[in-house]
Amino acid sequence: MIAVPRDNDRPQAIALRMTAISKHFGPVQALSDVSLTVWAGTVHALVGENGAGKSTLMKILAGVYQPDAGDIEIHGRRQLFTGPAQAIEAGVSMIYQELDLAEHLTAAENIYLGAEPRSPVPFVLSHAKLAAQADALARRYGFEIDPSAKVESLPTGDCQIVEILKALRRKASILVMDEPTSSLSEREAKRLFEVVRRLRNQGLSIIYISHRLEEIIDLADEVSVLRDGRLVHSEPAAALDIPQIVHHMVGRELTDFFPDRSVQIGEVLVQVNGLSSEAGIENVSFAIRRGEIVGMAGLVGAGRTEVARALFGVDEKTAGTVVLEGRKLSIASPTDAIDHGIALLTEDRKRTGLCLELPCSWNITLPNLEQIGFGRFIRPGREVRIADDVASRIGVRWASPRAPAASLSGGNQQKLLIARWLLADSKFMIFDEPTRGIDVAAKVEVYTLLNRLAEEGKAILFISSELPELFGVADRILVMRRGRLVGDLVTKETTPEAVMHLAAVEEKT
Amino acid sequence: MNRFIRQLLPFGTLILLIAALSALEPDTFLTAENFFNVLSRSSVNGIIAMGMTAIIISGGIDLSVGSMMALSGMVAGLIMTKDGSVVPTGHLMWLGALAGLGTGLLCGLLNGGLITKLNLPPFIVTLGTMSAFRGISYVMNDGMMFDVPTYTFLGQSTVAGIPVNILIFLAVVLIAFFLLRYTPLGRYTYAIGSNRQAAYHAGVNVDRNLLTIYTLTGVFVGLAAMIATSRTVSAQPTAGLSLELDIIAAVVIGGASLSGGRGTVVGTIIGTLLISFLRNGLTLLGISTNIQLVVIGAIIIGAVALDQMARARAVENS
Repeated sequence: MIAVPRDNDRPQAIALRMTAISKHFGPVQALSDVSLTVWAGTVHALVGENGAGKSTLMKILAGVYQPDAGDIEIHGRRQLFTGPAQAIEAGVSMIYQELDLAEHLTAAENIYLGAEPRSPVPFVLSHAKLAAQADALARRYGFEIDPSAKVESLPTGDCQIVEILKALRRKASILVMDEPTSSLSEREAKRLFEVVRRLRNQGLSIIYISHRLEEIIDLADEVSVLRDGRLVHSEPAAALDIPQIVHHMVGRELTDFFPDRSVQIGEVLVQVNGLSSEAGIENVSFAIRRGEIVGMAGLVGAGRTEVARALFGVDEKTAGTVVLEGRKLSIASPTDAIDHGIALLTEDRKRTGLCLELPCSWNITLPNLEQIGFGRFIRPGREVRIADDVASRIGVRWASPRAPAASLSGGNQQKLLIARWLLADSKFMIFDEPTRGIDVAAKVEVYTLLNRLAEEGKAILFISSELPELFGVADRILVMRRGRLVGDLVTKETTPEAVMHLAAVEEKT
Repeated sequence: MNRFIRQLLPFGTLILLIAALSALEPDTFLTAENFFNVLSRSSVNGIIAMGMTAIIISGGIDLSVGSMMALSGMVAGLIMTKDGSVVPTGHLMWLGALAGLGTGLLCGLLNGGLITKLNLPPFIVTLGTMSAFRGISYVMNDGMMFDVPTYTFLGQSTVAGIPVNILIFLAVVLIAFFLLRYTPLGRYTYAIGSNRQAAYHAGVNVDRNLLTIYTLTGVFVGLAAMIATSRTVSAQPTAGLSLELDIIAAVVIGGASLSGGRGTVVGTIIGTLLISFLRNGLTLLGISTNIQLVVIGAIIIGAVALDQMARARAVENS
C-alpha cells in the first residue's frame, strides 16, 4: 500500500495499522482478512455498501467487538482492546451517527462527563472550573460554542462539535465519524468539513464513513473500499473519481444467486401519484403492474422507508393519491391499508414486525383473525392448522407453531412475517429490506419467494440497499434521493454504477 | 412446557397451603362454611383482578381500581338512600346497583380515554384518577358512609346453597377466560403488550383495544363494588383502600409480566386464591395481620424471583 503524503515537507507517521482482521457473527463472516493503514494527519474515507463491514470494522477499532483474528497497532504500539474504555485510553474516539450525549446536561458537562473537575471540598464538583476548562478547550481548537447551553437546545451541528470536543478532551488521536453529515443542513455540513480539515492539520487522523461520494472526493486524503467484508481497494483520493469508487463498491459478479424469472406482467395494479408526507418525501409517483417486482434504491435517509410508511398509512400523507385496481384508496392507518389489500414487511422485524415472545402461529394470524375464526371467535385448532399450512408452503422451520417467535433464526423470522402477509392475501406487497441481517441461504429463499408472489399476480415494491439483489430480482428500479424520486429505470437497460450515481451524487445546477 | 411449569408453581403452593391448613386446623379451616367464606371474600378481588389481568397483559396498569370501587359504591349508596328512607326499597336498590355499575364503566372509560387520546402513561393517569376518585367518594357524603341494610342480595344470599357472589365471580372468570383466549380483543391485548409497534403495523387498532379493556375493567370494578357494598350492607368512602396493590400482586404471582405480553386468567385466579387462603389460614392460626403482610410481601418477591431464574435458564439453554 503506497501512501502519497499530502504535504511533502511534513513527515508521515502511521497512526493506525489494522492487520488481517477477521470477524464472524454466527454463520455470517462479517470481515475477512481486512488490513487498513491510516496515516497521521490525514482524512481516511471508508466506503462500501450497507453490510459491507464498515461498522463492524470500526466497532472492532473502538473496542466494542473483539476480532476473531488480526492485530491493531496504534502509533506503533500493539493493542488488545477488551472494551471501549481501553480504545478511548489508546486515543480512539467514535462519533456515531446517533450522537451519544446526555441531552439534559450542558455542553461542558457532556464534554467532561466522567472526568469532572473537583472543587477542594471532597465529593463536590466545581462548576466554575468546569466552565473555564470547557471554554479553554473549545478556544484552543477554535470552536465557538456556549459551554453552558443544554445539549437539547443545540442544533445537530453543534451537538457534533460537543462530541468532537469530548473526544479531544480524551486526547483522541484517531477520530472515527460515522455518516456525520446525514442529519446536517448544507451549511452545517460545510462547517463540519472545515472542522475536519482543521483537526487533520493539527495532526489528528480522521476515519470518515459516508455514503455521499462528493463529500469524500472533496475531503478525504485516502479512500478505502470495503465489499462483502473484504477490503477491495485503498488509494489516495486524488487518484480516484466517483465512478471508480462506485465501481469498486458494487463490482461483484451477479451469479445465478438469483432465480430465473418468466413472469407474465399484466396491467397496472397500483398507481401512486404525487405522494408527499409529513416525514419529508415529496411528489413521488410511480406505477407497478401485476406480476411486476419494482426495486427501490437510495442511500440511508433518502426516503425509501418513508414512501412505504406513507403508502401503509403509518405516516400522514400531505398530498397525493394511491389507486389500487382502479379504485382510489383513502388510507389513514395500517388497518385501512391491510383492508385494501396492501402489505408492508417493515425493515426492522424485531421492532415493528414480530411479537417475539408470542407463539409463531399467533404472529402469522395477527392481521388475519377474521379468516380463522367462527364469526368473531378464534378457534385455536383451526388457527394452528392454517398457520402451519401457510408456513410449510414457504418453508418456515420451527420446532412447533406454538414456539415463541424469538426461538427462530433471523431468516425464519423473516419468513414468518412473509407468511403473515401471504395469509392476508395482499395484492400489493411492500418489502422493506427483507434480506437485512439474514444469511445467504435465507436470502436466496426470500428472492425465490418474491418471484413466486409475482407469479401469483401480485405487485411488489422491493426496497433494498444492496444493489446486486435489486439487479438480480427487480424488473424496474426506482431511485430515491433526499425524499424525491430521481430515477425510474428498467433493470435490463441500466447498470449498478448508474443507479449508485443517481442515488449518491447531487446534480450540479 | 416452561409456561406450564411456571403455572404449576403457584398452583402447587396453593394446594400445599390448603393441605397444611387442613391438617393444622381441621375443625375450623376444612369446612364448607370457611371455604365459601374465603371464596366469597375473594370474589371482590377476583372480579377486579380479571380486568387487571388484561390491562397488565397489554403492558399497562390500573392503580385506580380501589378508589373506583369506593366511588361506584358511594354512587350506588347515594341513589339507594335518595328518597330519605333508612331502608332502601327494591326499586331504588336496582337503580342504585345499575348506577354503581355505570359509574365503574365511566371511570374506566375516563382512564382509557386519557391514556389513548392524550397518549399518557397508564401509571400516571391512574395514579391521578386514584386520587381523584377517592376524593369524590369522600365528598359525596361528607366522609360518611351510606347504610343500605336491605341491600343483601349480591353479598349474602345463596342460590342452591352457593353464595350468589361466588356465582358471579365464576361467571366473570369464564367471560374473561373466553375474551382473552378466543376473541380478537384478547389476542390483540397480548400483541399490544408484547410489541405495541408490531401490533400497530399488523393492523391492530391499538387505541380502541386499550379503551375497551380499561372500560371493561371499570365495569368489573363496578360489579365488585356492588358485591362489596352488599356484603357490608353499606357504601363506604374508604372501601378498597390499597386494594389495587393486592390485585396487582395476585396477577403478578399468577405469572403475568408487568412489562406486558404475558399473563393468564387461570394464573390470576391461583394468585388471588393463594393470597386469600394465606390470609384466612394465618388468621385461623392466630397470626396477626401485620405478620400476614410480611408473608404476602415475601411471596410476591419469591414468585417473581423464581420466574426470573427459570427465564434466565431458558435463555441460556436456547
